[in-house]
Amino acid sequence: MTKLVIKDLKVGVETDSGMTEILKGVDLTVNSGETHAIMGPNGSGKSTLAYSIAGHPKYTILGGSVTLDGADILDMSVDERAKAGLFLAMQYPVEVPGVSVANFLRTAATAIRGEAPKLREWVGEMKNAMSSLNIDPAFGERSVNEGFSGGEKKRHEILQLELLRPKIAILDETDSGLDIDALRIVSEGVNRVREASDVGVLLITHYTRILKYIKPDFVHVFAKGRIVEEGGPELAEKLEEKGYADYVNA
Amino acid sequence: MSINSNLLERHDSLEPTGREEKWRFTPLKRLGGLHLNATEVRSNTSTIFSGPSEGFSVRVVPASEVSPRSQSDDVIVARVRETVRDCTLVEVNRDAQVKDPIMLSRKNLGSAEFSRTVVVAKSHSQATIIIESFGSAILGEEIEILLEPGAKLDFISLQEWENDAIHLGRHHAILGKDSEFNSVTISVGGSLVRLLPSVEYDGPGGSANLLGVYFATSGQHLEHRVFIDHNVGHAKSRVNYKGALAGEDARTVWFGDVYIRKEAEGTDTYEMNRNLLLTDGARADSVPNLEIETGKIAGAGHASTTGRFDEEHLFYLMSRGIAEDDARRLVIRGFFAEVINEIPVEGIRDRLMKRIDDELVRVGR
Repeated sequence: MTKLVIKDLKVGVETDSGMTEILKGVDLTVNSGETHAIMGPNGSGKSTLAYSIAGHPKYTILGGSVTLDGADILDMSVDERAKAGLFLAMQYPVEVPGVSVANFLRTAATAIRGEAPKLREWVGEMKNAMSSLNIDPAFGERSVNEGFSGGEKKRHEILQLELLRPKIAILDETDSGLDIDALRIVSEGVNRVREASDVGVLLITHYTRILKYIKPDFVHVFAKGRIVEEGGPELAEKLEEKGYADYVNA
Repeated sequence: MSINSNLLERHDSLEPTGREEKWRFTPLKRLGGLHLNATEVRSNTSTIFSGPSEGFSVRVVPASEVSPRSQSDDVIVARVRETVRDCTLVEVNRDAQVKDPIMLSRKNLGSAEFSRTVVVAKSHSQATIIIESFGSAILGEEIEILLEPGAKLDFISLQEWENDAIHLGRHHAILGKDSEFNSVTISVGGSLVRLLPSVEYDGPGGSANLLGVYFATSGQHLEHRVFIDHNVGHAKSRVNYKGALAGEDARTVWFGDVYIRKEAEGTDTYEMNRNLLLTDGARADSVPNLEIETGKIAGAGHASTTGRFDEEHLFYLMSRGIAEDDARRLVIRGFFAEVINEIPVEGIRDRLMKRIDDELVRVGR
């Protein structure tokens, strides 16, 4: 049983006019096996939440805490957070020229698991994961994210989710830029991981359509740097009808 | 030869003062006096070959037997040609297919040395030549590489000198009709290395692919001045050099001059240089230069970038559990991979990757 606890988290970024606070006190707890949807308009700070939990250097923690089973995440380096069991599927996965997908995945799996996976088993594991995500095996030889289409990048993120098996997965707008087929494939991948493990999921999205495939247990509405409303799946349906206007103009 | 070409005018033959365009990036004080007529430099042939030679020969012959085949107004080349008595001559037999690389090496040259090497790849031959350099040296050299019609030659030069070495060299290839020249220039050692890899054509259909890898650390000056003279029609050239720099006063200079003459219709050329600055205090100059006298070409272009290490790459890899040092190494290896993967000899690819890893450990990155 894993528990990610975010308490009164305040985060800022350095801009030309000084430090700008983006997250203004976020409280959220994600337990193993739970799926939380965080929904909100553009610019509300959803991605900032995702990246500051993962440890992106652009963001400065101004206050509050994030713990994973009691351990202070904010005190850890980026790789330590991943080894502790956090995973961030990025909205804009980074292109890393000259580093092949196969090499990258194996290096990452070795780091996360603490030992190099046995080659034969690894090859099989990778092959299965790729084929269920409809990824061409030749993909392994390509450079990480370089020249990938939007859909390929997202599938590659979910491939990593499947192979790295985190305790808590943060999916940052994984649905953006996907056509309906790709959305289904990606969602099925996430659901496979949810079924096969006890992963806690923090699903960040602007639209409700991915929630038709990945059913959340909790829905949180994010606006102006904090959670402004919480509820069950029915809250997503309300948002589908009314949009975010009420929250933005509040 | 066109009188009007800016590119050719640059190659004047005066003893340099440092103000000349072609010398203004080079610290003349660090040339060991090789550029000064007053400095006495002995003629030698330290480049040695050992092993069986099937399909080719390596001989030392009087310089008079192999007179220079190309024009140059570089002062070092002029002094080398005046001084050198004996010359290393490598000949690949006509139609020979030499499977194993022909390894030439030199190590710890005792005193300042001028040397000439001439490579002749005879008609329709195929071979790989590797020249490796280790230890300390003050060396001025000219290597002329002649490809007869239909010849294919892979030519790899490795500058893995000690950090006190001075090496000034011209590596000039003349490509016969339908010949293919693939060169890799690797400069990782030396205090000051200044190389002039150049190409001209002696018939249509020639194809030159010039790759380069350099890695300068504190105090090193590594300079490469590529010159492709498209002097005939329907020839092709590709240039791709990649360099990394780390440490105080690490310095690299890359010039890529491509001259497409009036008669060079159907030319197809592209040159690229990318530099990766790993620390503050390092400086990379990158100057691509294309001069075109005919519009009837197949293609011509160039690209040059010099950038800092991208922290986003690091974040992405680390967010997958990869430790910072390993992530950094992966990214830098990745940066070089595009060029290194094209090196036709596996042993050299592995050796170079290892050397780059060692350099990274040494500079603490």
